[in-house]
Amino acid sequence: MTDIQAGLPASGIVPETAEERVSYLRAGHSLRSWLLTTDHKRIAILYLIAITAFFFIGGAAAALIRLDLLTPQGDLLSNEGYNRAFTIHGVIMVWFFLIPSIPTTFGNFLIPLMIGARDLAFPRLNLLSWYIYVLGGLVTIYVLVTGGVDTGWTFYTPLSSMFANGHVVAAAAAVFIVGFSSILTGLNFIVTVHTLRAPGMGWGRLPLFVWSHYATSLVLVLATPVLAVTLALMAAERLFGIGIFDPALGGDPLLYQHLFWFYSHPAVYIMILPAMGVVSELVAAAAHKPVFGYWFVAFSSLAIAVIGFLVWGHHMFVAGQSMYASAVFSFLSIAVAVPSAIKVYNWTATLYKGHISLEPPFLFAMSFIGLFVIGGLTGLMLALLAVDVHVHDTTFVIAHFHYIMVGGTVSAFFGALHYWWPKFTGRTYSRIWGRLSAIFIFLGFNLTFFPQFLLGYLGMPRRYHVYDPAFQVLHVLSTAGASLLGVAYVLPFAYLLYSLRHGAPAGPNPWPATGLEWTVPSPPPKHNFDRIPVVTEAPYAYPVERRGDDG
Amino acid sequence: MAERLKLREPFADPAHQAAADRMGMFVFLGTEVMLFGGILAVALADRIRHPEAMIAASSRLDLWLGGINTAVLLTSSLAMAIAVAAMHQDRPRVALGALSATVALGLAFLGLKALEYGQDYADGLMPALAPPAEPTDPAQALFLNLYLAATALHAVHLTIGIGLVLWLASRIARRPEEQAMTTELTGLYWHFVDIVWVFLYPVLYLVR
Amino acid sequence: MWSALRPLLLTWAGLLALLALTIAVSFAPIGPVKPVANMAIAVVKAGLVLWVFMHLRERGGLLRIFALGAVAWLVILMAMAATDILTR
Repeated sequence: MTDIQAGLPASGIVPETAEERVSYLRAGHSLRSWLLTTDHKRIAILYLIAITAFFFIGGAAAALIRLDLLTPQGDLLSNEGYNRAFTIHGVIMVWFFLIPSIPTTFGNFLIPLMIGARDLAFPRLNLLSWYIYVLGGLVTIYVLVTGGVDTGWTFYTPLSSMFANGHVVAAAAAVFIVGFSSILTGLNFIVTVHTLRAPGMGWGRLPLFVWSHYATSLVLVLATPVLAVTLALMAAERLFGIGIFDPALGGDPLLYQHLFWFYSHPAVYIMILPAMGVVSELVAAAAHKPVFGYWFVAFSSLAIAVIGFLVWGHHMFVAGQSMYASAVFSFLSIAVAVPSAIKVYNWTATLYKGHISLEPPFLFAMSFIGLFVIGGLTGLMLALLAVDVHVHDTTFVIAHFHYIMVGGTVSAFFGALHYWWPKFTGRTYSRIWGRLSAIFIFLGFNLTFFPQFLLGYLGMPRRYHVYDPAFQVLHVLSTAGASLLGVAYVLPFAYLLYSLRHGAPAGPNPWPATGLEWTVPSPPPKHNFDRIPVVTEAPYAYPVERRGDDG
Repeated sequence: MAERLKLREPFADPAHQAAADRMGMFVFLGTEVMLFGGILAVALADRIRHPEAMIAASSRLDLWLGGINTAVLLTSSLAMAIAVAAMHQDRPRVALGALSATVALGLAFLGLKALEYGQDYADGLMPALAPPAEPTDPAQALFLNLYLAATALHAVHLTIGIGLVLWLASRIARRPEEQAMTTELTGLYWHFVDIVWVFLYPVLYLVR
Repeated sequence: MWSALRPLLLTWAGLLALLALTIAVSFAPIGPVKPVANMAIAVVKAGLVLWVFMHLRERGGLLRIFALGAVAWLVILMAMAATDILTR
């Protein structure tokens, strides 16, 4: 091996002056210092602002959907309009909210801190990934204001490639673009976890949040490129009629579904794995105990990532896929539930003889566990061929994935927000409002989506806005729930922003919890650590004494 | 054989930075494998479903021209590998010479490809762009469209590679120290583009 | 410089030889084994490029795992999609 000599280190690696020790929020006030930042913490904030904006846009589309479904006739939106509403809701929520949500905000901010590094491995790529996200978002907004697309977020051929009106190619381009943001984020996380761990931070001492983001990153880099090439081929089919997905030209529309779901099923694990990482942190902090079965939880993340690539055919049980392939996919889909269940058992065991906390983050974590279990069990039901034949393309499926993605991921997102807010901002927020929003979100969510299980089982199709009047009662309940949920989601927006100006200053470790991020001031200085820590303790070395709040 | 590398934030240890750079490039190339993999999966599906049409259509492509292009690209990889070795041995002028050869061979590949495309177009072998005079088996048209999509995607990557090599050469010309890693990473990308073609050639031209 | 050049030149010669072989195989009357043989030759060529030109023989196990991992994932996509198409 050639040996490598270092040149002089870039100045500023070790904070020398008082100026360099100020918090990352104060290190530069100009717009330029934010838009050209390479500080992972500032990039996390940039992402937080962007995904929040898209969350509300996607939520507005959901509001339109639920309003239209109040009555059995399609009287609020036209048929075409309804199709465009659920399409833009799906596209925005999947690619511009759920997939980036936890990794780009909490992952970006916390991974370097948790492993004892000053930044991610490739800070400029990190900034580039945000700009790529914004570019994809702008193209999506263009699609939205010019009338949208009616294909559903799944862009199935031959509707998308041959018959759909609307800006299919632009929508595909938007998703293609934002995919590269995902890929760069995943790449950055993988390399960072391998090469920037502080001395003593072996793999067995990593917080489980980092393990889950590592597993997520493997999925990000392996799955997303397949989506990119699939959308490109679909667009080429639409523009040039190349025939790959057109049976009249010898093509196979099911091939599109294979390629699309090869990405899109692992994509749902991109959405849930970071949330599970958050929950591991929250449960340990709430119980004031180490997570039970650390290595089981760590490896279950990897298992979910790997097995999650082997199950995509369960989206195609009634599409014309061979029965033998369907049987294999069904079996593997049941298998993938096992590592998820392992996590739930381990979180529960962590709480045994642990401290029960009713602080807002931990209410969200409990919410996650309960709602994820319901979503997961209904996923097992869907994995069974005989059941899926009956409920495929009904609102049963919609309820299943919303329990996981909204009941699960969004609960975890809010839990993370409430847990790490003092670290990000140096402020504490009203705990009463925090608990209220957790409760209202839980209640509103269940009222919105539980009726959809019942509706689906009774035969209500998904993506329809005209329905049998016998279904109306359940739809009205669901819309009422959605109204409560919408208000509940605005609440944190209000009191968290209020805390920025009026909240009491937060100490370095308000909960208190283990983890290197809690050893630095709130908010952290730009360079994270005065001196790179040397790690000697096991992870989750509770109990932690509460130190005085020194601001 | 010491090589210098410019330490950048957040790295404090040059060995970690070098490991990170190589790892980052390999992860990126992994994503490119999955990108091209989608097209290979389509090719496999079509091969299973329409074997005779695939054979017939592939026979209409010029396998000798494709073979020459393969040799050109393999040689460009040799030139690139020589450039990387030269930079590791602190011999920037040898490296620049080798990089020039890499670019020349890359351009030769693109030139031959363009000629081939022109020939294909004239022979009615690009149904997506110009429907052929007599009706052909639609499955054959499918194969030819796939050939166009796959080789065009490869050509785009090769063009980007040529751009990267030119940029690298200008950096070496101005400041030869500290470019060994950049050269190595550019080399990795170039070799990957070569490997893609190593698979595309038999998949598209040698279906017999 | 020559000691570094030799493995590169030998690898290049090997790659060209394999290219000639794969073209020859495509004309050989060996029936359904042909695409398998050509793919195997392509894999060997790719392996040579990875091992020598891309320096995998000097790097540690992790990079080799990454390289193999991407290929393995591609095989998953192709194999499982093929099981559907073959059994319809």
